[in-house]
Amino acid sequence: MNNKIAKFGAVFTFLIVSSNLFAQSSGSGSSNIVFYALLLIAALLILGAVAMIGDSMINIKAKELGIKDASENLSIFPTTQELFGQKAEGPAANKKVHFLKKGFDIKLEGEADYSVDENHKVTTFAVQPKNFIGMSPIPKVIVEEGQEVKAGDHIFFDKKNPDVIYAAPVSGEVVGIKRGEKRSISEIVILADKEIKYRKMESFDISNSSREELVTYMLDSGVWPHIRQRPYDIVADHKVVPKSIFISTFDTAPLAPDLDIVIAGREDEFQMGLDILNKLTIGKVHLGINARDNDPSPAYTGAEGVEIHYFHGPHPAGNVGVQIHHVDPINSGEKVWTLGVQDVCTIGALFLEGIYDAERVVVLAGAELSNPRYVTTFLGANLGDLVKDSIENDNVRIISGDVLSGKQKTVEGFLNFFDDQLTVIEEGNKYEAFGWLLPSSPRPSLSPTFLSNLIGTSYTANTNTHGEKRAFVVTGQYEQVLPMDIYPQHIMKSILINDFERMEGLGILELSEEDVALCEFACTSKQPLQELLREGLDLMRDQE
Amino acid sequence: MGLLDYLKKIEPDKKKSPFLHTLFDGFFTFAYAPNSVTKGGVHIRDGMDLKRTMIHVVIALQLCYLFGSYNIGHQHYSALGMYPSFMSGFHLKLFYGLIKIIPIFIVANVVGLGIEFVYAAKKGHAIEEGFLVSGALIPLIMPPDIPLWILAMSIFFAVIIGKEAFGGTGMNILNIALLSRVFIFFAYPTYISGDEVWISGIEKSDLGYVASENGWAFGIFDWIFNSFGWETFGAGGQAVVDGYTGATPLGLAAKGGWEAVLNHYTPSQMWWGAIPGSIGEMPKLFIIIGALILILTRIASWRIMVSMCIGAVVCSLMLNAWGATPFMEVPWYYQFYMGSFFFAMAFMATDPVTAASTQTGKWFYGFLIGFVGMIIRVLNPAYPEGWMLAILFMNVFAPLIDHYVLEANVSRRAKRRKLSSLDTVQSEVTQTEVVH
Repeated sequence: MNNKIAKFGAVFTFLIVSSNLFAQSSGSGSSNIVFYALLLIAALLILGAVAMIGDSMINIKAKELGIKDASENLSIFPTTQELFGQKAEGPAANKKVHFLKKGFDIKLEGEADYSVDENHKVTTFAVQPKNFIGMSPIPKVIVEEGQEVKAGDHIFFDKKNPDVIYAAPVSGEVVGIKRGEKRSISEIVILADKEIKYRKMESFDISNSSREELVTYMLDSGVWPHIRQRPYDIVADHKVVPKSIFISTFDTAPLAPDLDIVIAGREDEFQMGLDILNKLTIGKVHLGINARDNDPSPAYTGAEGVEIHYFHGPHPAGNVGVQIHHVDPINSGEKVWTLGVQDVCTIGALFLEGIYDAERVVVLAGAELSNPRYVTTFLGANLGDLVKDSIENDNVRIISGDVLSGKQKTVEGFLNFFDDQLTVIEEGNKYEAFGWLLPSSPRPSLSPTFLSNLIGTSYTANTNTHGEKRAFVVTGQYEQVLPMDIYPQHIMKSILINDFERMEGLGILELSEEDVALCEFACTSKQPLQELLREGLDLMRDQE
Repeated sequence: MGLLDYLKKIEPDKKKSPFLHTLFDGFFTFAYAPNSVTKGGVHIRDGMDLKRTMIHVVIALQLCYLFGSYNIGHQHYSALGMYPSFMSGFHLKLFYGLIKIIPIFIVANVVGLGIEFVYAAKKGHAIEEGFLVSGALIPLIMPPDIPLWILAMSIFFAVIIGKEAFGGTGMNILNIALLSRVFIFFAYPTYISGDEVWISGIEKSDLGYVASENGWAFGIFDWIFNSFGWETFGAGGQAVVDGYTGATPLGLAAKGGWEAVLNHYTPSQMWWGAIPGSIGEMPKLFIIIGALILILTRIASWRIMVSMCIGAVVCSLMLNAWGATPFMEVPWYYQFYMGSFFFAMAFMATDPVTAASTQTGKWFYGFLIGFVGMIIRVLNPAYPEGWMLAILFMNVFAPLIDHYVLEANVSRRAKRRKLSSLDTVQSEVTQTEVVH
């Protein structure tokens, strides 16, 4: 501040002195005009300086008092964004918005209707230990086949980390503990009761308990695995106090669920969940809201006790990793927790009703489904039950999650733990004469060499690779779709040569598979970037 | 799909005859996009692949090929003093050029692709498309009379030492097309520098007589042209017009500045490209159209092109200001009329493998090529044109540019961490207040 005053003082003195010189050197007639003009400029400068100082002081005071919200500009001066930038509409208007230019929206056919089917019957549900990154291959299973469980009953835990308990999402009979390669446990399947019975937890006195007691209560209830920790995207370490907690309230991935629909009717649970999360971090709970959405749910815009950030841009603007990068980036050694909207609701329900409520609104989408829609079910629902009677074609791929970062499944499979989307698209196992030069059907692409790209229609994409794997040739392609200050191609190359220092320096810890998924889609050389990134992240995790 | 079934039936066994299998695979994937599906990772892929990327560069070069072929013939007849206007003797000029350029194209691609096929078979991977573009670029940067054995040797050198030794497409440090040219430039300088080599048919040893090699080809065409009643190639061995030197604008400018250039060529002639030089480098407008195709399809980096222009302009303005020799005094905008600046900018500097790989780095990379290339062109007495050497020079430095750009990213991150750890100390204090 003193520095500023000194600078203005110096400029002012200079002006006065130089105007005197002018007055002396030239004739009196014209010099008067010059002198007054300079005097006017000096006066304006002083006024400006006073205004700026006052403005800054107001801002500082506002920050101290906690009035200032990060998304508001209290200053009388407009920011460059306000002057020249795009304007958001809806609730984000007049707020500070993170405009993200980079990225790409893949428009696909098969978007779901805006109606929630609450009567869709799914009979079996499963928890899949392999959904949790870093879980040992053979966790300790507490239940036996044939045993009856209630929703919220403990079913398994990781021997390396026995405090974190994984609970049954529904009540019913354990009908199968399926094993995969090397006897690893892949699924614990529960045949659900018609009416779900819950294990009732005793109510928790939030205001008079310490953080430790809160964590213990959450661990016992089974909600803990819903909290994920960055870097690495693992289940949160309960011994860690995170720097901040991030929740993205919109999903920009292709055919992703509209989280405004998902949250409808569960606003109280969501707010309760946020209140609990606030007690778990030393920093803030951040909520990312879609500024392209003119009417986001009031559960998001009206959320209390959190810091709200507006993001405006194509996919991956809705990825929590991108939002963290722009709000409070993860530095090495720091931990940040992230949750999905429905995971927050599950935590909220625990404190409102004392139960482990794993109810999920799931979107069923994709061009191969005859009736894409939203359904209400529970976590880990059977895919065959979900898509029953709605697939006509045999040659399809069923994906738990979206087409970019989801996992391929069969009808015997189950929705993954963190997924609220099921996508069905056509398999692309066909030869195509001169397909690389003269494509027979329109296909999504970032390249303007496809004319259909300029029209902006939606596509019925298939799973063909559209080319073979090659070495990295084209550059700048990944950066074009990743709105972060990160060089993905160079991170990938440093992973290939196991250069830990480089990986960390270039920011591998800020990335997760979903963030580079769009880069992988765009890759001309068809490189498996998500796989590579996970290899790198595993290497980094082993070093800790 | 009868053809598809037939092709699948004749597919050679991979183990028994790896070379044939690689060859088959190369041509098969050219005719049919494979039926492979995504596994792990993303489930849908962008329609763009390396074949499509490369073919668009080749498409962007087509106007240069058309003009280049014709111009070989045009320059040849200009030296003889025949058909002085551009369009007269059209069929003769066109076929003369085609007879010259087709063997060059075939040799370049047979040698280059042959080596690619052998290495692909040896390493057991698919044929990479890198040479598709190199093979289209190399003929355009050669003098029309380049002996084919020298061409073959230069490509052999460039592909094996420049590319395969480093691990194949995507791994090379130096631009393959320019490497083959620079090989000739240093190993057989008399075939690629001086005044005489840029016009086809003028015998190197004594300027003044126009020979007719490939006599049989001319004979055949003469027979055809005769039957239509058109003019024929004739026997060759004619004298060159008095006072004809064949000097290129750059050669003239180096001796006498812009004045000397204007004595021989008009600016519009240079702009349209009816001047002697390497086969494809002259038609400025057609090259700019090619560059626009590459920019609009986002295949080449506009950053490199723009910054290279800026670099060249800045450098020539500085040279204008210095003005010690007539060449330095050539106005900066006329520098673009001479030589191969646009061709180097559009097709050579933008090679993504050898250019800087970071977006920021590309600005520096392009600028430095423009700047250094202009220095070599104007200040160096030995080399009349600078872009080849400047691009190869910056190819070597591109990783260094990237290194500094990445280091800046790393140190930004490190700085952010330092600031954040200060924050953490403060918030820990507040945290203890909250908990108790």
